[in-house]
Amino acid sequence: MGILDFLRSKPKNTANLARERLRIIVAQERSTRGGPDYLPLLRSELLEVIRKYVHVDPDAVNVNLESDSGHDVLELSVALPESEDDNA
Amino acid sequence: MTEILVVTSGKGGVGKTTTSASLATGLAQLGKKVAVIDFDVGLRNLDLIMGCERRVVYDFVNVIQGEATLKQALIRDKRLDNLYVLAASQTRDKDALTQEGVEKVLKGLEEDKFDYVVCDSPAGIEKGAHLAMYFADQAVVVVNPEVSSVRDSDRILGLLASKTRHAENGSGEVAQHLLLSRYNPVRVAAGEMLSVQDVEEILGISVVGVIPESEQVLAASNAGVPVILDNESLAGQAYQDTVARILGEERPLRFLDVQRKGLLKRMFGG
Repeated sequence: MGILDFLRSKPKNTANLARERLRIIVAQERSTRGGPDYLPLLRSELLEVIRKYVHVDPDAVNVNLESDSGHDVLELSVALPESEDDNA
Repeated sequence: MTEILVVTSGKGGVGKTTTSASLATGLAQLGKKVAVIDFDVGLRNLDLIMGCERRVVYDFVNVIQGEATLKQALIRDKRLDNLYVLAASQTRDKDALTQEGVEKVLKGLEEDKFDYVVCDSPAGIEKGAHLAMYFADQAVVVVNPEVSSVRDSDRILGLLASKTRHAENGSGEVAQHLLLSRYNPVRVAAGEMLSVQDVEEILGISVVGVIPESEQVLAASNAGVPVILDNESLAGQAYQDTVARILGEERPLRFLDVQRKGLLKRMFGG
């Protein structure tokens, strides 16, 4: 890094960081808003059961409740890890 | 028709009371008959910002409990005679506020032909905040360009859409206005602060006003004069624009650009 670069160096753009973090958390909170209170507990208990059998990341389990023309659909998706050994 | 406008935010310390005082004063300056109510039971502060703290005799809870009439409790502003303040109770517990009690007071104000009632919400999402927004026709959500404030505002916007009289009765929607305060264009330009566009994009709603961070806000609260009455200050002018927009006028946003510093200022700071 030349001396000119050093003089010109700016602090990191933390506003971008704030924006990206907020985008994610706001979207996540909106998706659970208005849903039943048991969703977070349901999610964590499901995660426990799944972890008995497969090693998954806490973020890999997604529980979603959607209302669609009078029907409530509880959607559960689990991203399974790439298998390192197939005996797991 | 009395228009009920709540000033809310979720997070504390973002400028709700400053905003309530200035919006109420601004509406009164334009000839509207306005009452501004402090809903923060136990932590009365609007009276100080409005500069009428020594004239509080009866408060909001006194009226709800029938210990005083609305007329006795409303404090007429010394500067504008169509502006009134209803102070929060300093001594009672929060349960003193009830939905029926608040409704009774609002009905009384409607009978007295008030054009606007500005409800200054306490922080949080508990009872006081809930009651402040429950009867609202319009809401001003005060947000600072800062992560926790933006997140809390989103929460409040969700509550406004579901936990209000209009939402519950299906009698229309609460009009939502986003007011961005403590905005510092220099820090935004340096990438240190969320911009107007960032906040609008994250929350999915456009701003009704942007209040620049200003030393005059503290000076105004020190003196007990709502900052909107300080015509010289940028914050005061930005509040005047905001009031005009709430009344439906179109005005461009001001004070968003970095004011260029002269060479000398740049060299020696300032």
